[in-house]
Amino acid sequence: MTDILADTVPRQQPAAALTPGIHMTDAANKRLKARYAAERRFKLIGLAAILFSLAALVILLTTIASNGFTAFQQTHIRLDLQLSAEQIAPVGTTDVRQIMQGNYGAVILAALQKKFPEVQSRGERRRLQALVSAGAESQVGRMVAADPSLIGQSLSIWLPTSSDIDMFVKKQVDTTVPEEQRRVNDAQVRWIDSLKASGDLELRFNTRFFTGADSREPELVGIWGGVVGSFYTLLVTLLVAFPLGIMAAIYLEEFAPKNRWTETIEVNINNLAAVPSIVYGLLGLAVFIGFFGMPRSAPFVGGLVLALMSLPVIIIASRAALRAVPPSIRQAALGLGASPLQVVLHHVLPLAMPGILTGTIIAMAHALGETAPLLMIGMVAFIVDIPATPVDAATVLPVQIFMWADSSERGFVEKTSAAIIVLLVFLLLMNLAAILLRKKFERRW
Amino acid sequence: MQNGTHNDLRQSEIEIKMVTRKVGVFYGEKQALYDVDLDIPARAVTALIGPSGCGKSTFLRCLNRMNDTIRDCRVVGDITLDKLDVYDSKVDVVQLRARVGMVFQKANPFPKSIYENVAYGPRIHGLAENTEHLDHIVETSLKQAGLWKEVGNRLQESGTGLSGGQQQRLCIARAIAVAPEVILMDEPCSALDPIATAHIEELMDELREQYTIVIVTHSMQQAARVSQKTAFFHLGNLVETDDTRVIFTNPKDERTQGYITGRFG
Repeated sequence: MTDILADTVPRQQPAAALTPGIHMTDAANKRLKARYAAERRFKLIGLAAILFSLAALVILLTTIASNGFTAFQQTHIRLDLQLSAEQIAPVGTTDVRQIMQGNYGAVILAALQKKFPEVQSRGERRRLQALVSAGAESQVGRMVAADPSLIGQSLSIWLPTSSDIDMFVKKQVDTTVPEEQRRVNDAQVRWIDSLKASGDLELRFNTRFFTGADSREPELVGIWGGVVGSFYTLLVTLLVAFPLGIMAAIYLEEFAPKNRWTETIEVNINNLAAVPSIVYGLLGLAVFIGFFGMPRSAPFVGGLVLALMSLPVIIIASRAALRAVPPSIRQAALGLGASPLQVVLHHVLPLAMPGILTGTIIAMAHALGETAPLLMIGMVAFIVDIPATPVDAATVLPVQIFMWADSSERGFVEKTSAAIIVLLVFLLLMNLAAILLRKKFERRW
Repeated sequence: MQNGTHNDLRQSEIEIKMVTRKVGVFYGEKQALYDVDLDIPARAVTALIGPSGCGKSTFLRCLNRMNDTIRDCRVVGDITLDKLDVYDSKVDVVQLRARVGMVFQKANPFPKSIYENVAYGPRIHGLAENTEHLDHIVETSLKQAGLWKEVGNRLQESGTGLSGGQQQRLCIARAIAVAPEVILMDEPCSALDPIATAHIEELMDELREQYTIVIVTHSMQQAARVSQKTAFFHLGNLVETDDTRVIFTNPKDERTQGYITGRFG
């Protein structure tokens, strides 16, 4: 036996024999102190890192919030419009096209002039008309088209002001610069003050921002077009990437023979997760649009591209979740005579579901914020209609933010920040959903 | 150590349930088991003993082909269950494992209710005609496993919430719910306290009236208490096999003698 041998071999003497009581010396106490000091230093550094990132986050969020919150309100002017038949269309007309061709600009100008009868010269009239947004005409036109009985009536209505006036009211225009360099001149300032005093000009909730789509005029833009576009895009992404990802993960983790082929596939999936997203955009452009002739700017194509991008992430997360299921559960089921598919469907998959769902939602949140690949497939287009189907031309929230941030007009700054707030809210909601799902499905074993 | 008459197997009456001939197991290039010839008597407890790494668990897992799930594992030789060649390519593994059930070292109930744990096997094999029948199967299995009194009124609670010993008996109930012919137990008491162990040992004594039981154990007292036949494994070889009484009182091989008297292992 080996232990008998061990006794016959003389033990080597250590360089300096350690004696009992060695832990109570001064040197030992010093070493102990140094150890605690190192621990405290480490804690402090960690705390500093967390505080730093928290501060950065707070600065970012407050900047966005302070810039963006003003966009949720919009300056409006109350006007009493005389919808006379001469300027619009004969009473009783229901022809939408004829109604939309009515001279609403004149109607609005007349209402403004009634408030300021002293305005006479052409230049002044133009500046007076510039108080109201250029989109107000078509807004009134749509109202009349929807209800032709309004023709011949008078109508008291709140109309959005132009962006310059809106910016001035929100005190984002520097009034100290000389009048000719300002976008709001002294006469307009007087009119605004007078309208404010009479209660005909005020900041009202900007409904249009949540229901409208893109526009050339900052006061008329809305994010709903981007939200719907994002929704369709993510829907397609989810429907394609989730089932494919889970099935690929289950096959690779539970059924695939371990050979060089599956190893190659594994390595490539891991590599695909690291491919820059714009490359997926180019791939989508070449394959879906170039080869298959799918429409440009469509959420359907965007969804397919983002699905390709999310697939590796979902597969990796799902495989990790499947691997985390204890082998004892698999053995128990196999030992009872369950077939491999039953083992997976009855036991492994339900236990792995929280992990899979978390991974998927995080991949979806990532896809929601993705911009670059969608630029490549034409989702950066200027689209004023809200998409009705996933194959209509559309844009998505992050691309919308990108386009507004790119616009030079002052009024787009707050809209950009407001759109970022909306995007962040959606991201937060998705992450919250991930946490709740994990909590709900979490099980002990 | 012996408690008398019922532990003896009279040679003339023995009905053999499983037979292994020249069984060897390879993990890749490494051979873990060499030429094991063992007859497993029906309606009796056969104990497999031996020091760690001697191949007794590996051998046990050959009997219901659980080794199939291990990659690079290769089994040679013949194993028959009532003259059926277990490793024949025509044999359905699912059916085999329904006939040869298994209880593992660590209690591994599904993270489902107690009822679902026991009902799972009958359900996947389609054994119950209706819900009442299934209820009946669950109740009898839990009763046979001696667990009914403790959990009968809380079948919908999670199986993972039970104590270690209860969990292991739940696993036994789950195994007998599919009405197997053979039950393999891989050190079923190694993680249990003496009271829970005594429970399971009593249970085995009752179960052997109906089932053929093969148990791997590290405890020689346990082997002596519960088994009628004992096989001693060492370094991948089956050293000696005989009636438990003979092995523990009059072993032929020196190594067996050394192991049961605690001189090595």
